[in-house]
Amino acid sequence: MTATVAYDEVEVGTELPAQSFPVTRATLVQYAGASGDFNPIHWNEKFARSVGLPDVIAHGMFTMASAARVVTDWVGDPGAVVDYGVRFTKPVVVPNDDEGALIEVTAKVAVKLDDNLVRVDLVAMSAGQKVLGMSRAVVRLA
Amino acid sequence: MALDQSFVGRSYPPTPAYEVGREKIREFAEAIGDPNPAYTDPEAAKAFGHPDVIAPPTFAFAITYKAAGLVIADPELGLDYSRVVHGDQKFAYTRPVRAGDRLTVTSTIETVKSLAGNDILDVRGEVHDESGEHVVTAWTKLVARAADPAQDGDV
Repeated sequence: MTATVAYDEVEVGTELPAQSFPVTRATLVQYAGASGDFNPIHWNEKFARSVGLPDVIAHGMFTMASAARVVTDWVGDPGAVVDYGVRFTKPVVVPNDDEGALIEVTAKVAVKLDDNLVRVDLVAMSAGQKVLGMSRAVVRLA
Repeated sequence: MALDQSFVGRSYPPTPAYEVGREKIREFAEAIGDPNPAYTDPEAAKAFGHPDVIAPPTFAFAITYKAAGLVIADPELGLDYSRVVHGDQKFAYTRPVRAGDRLTVTSTIETVKSLAGNDILDVRGEVHDESGEHVVTAWTKLVARAADPAQDGDV
């Protein structure tokens, strides 16, 4: 796998370029179709409220995919990711309006491991709440 | 509605092969809004050393979750699917999923427990290609929330 970031050029604390990802109801419908996850909590607010949610919420896996982009855009080759895990701490609530929600992702190098591997720790926020916790990716650098 | 503890350690037979198509990867990459050319352009993927376009890191979930669905839907387990949210998700990759792969998933229940009225289930999905080589392992924590709704988690 060919990453474009050199292991020797990063340090613990190196920040990856932060990114923000807008999410609307249309985003969720498209993701439902592509992923095959048609759980109605992601598109039907009547259903979402009936199971105790405040409104329609984004697929956790959409948020996880968005956060991964901060890492894969940084390294270039998405195949450089060898390990990736998150905890879904709060839902991303997506109101039925033109703006929807925003997922804001920051990341930094937390540990330099052997074999050109680094551990990147990510934080994803939406509406001022942390929506991903314990979010870590291990990537192989050049 | 405690879950049946005897399910811990239970493995399910490998699923029929899922064939990964280039256009399915493209559709998925578009749905997550990711323009990385490694997902859509075979030449760009080859420049990174891959034999064909690769799938985004979270793509494997679509396959493993479908396999886990067989576990979740097992009536003997007693999970209330209408209250299930996604707690944690982790992947460990031997290599990225790529177009042309024919992938099977073997699901194993790692943990079954109840905590503060929530039912918690950990499922591991081992994904192998047609030649039997390991591609990725996915760990999925599902939480069936207690009837009094918690704010945490989502699917």
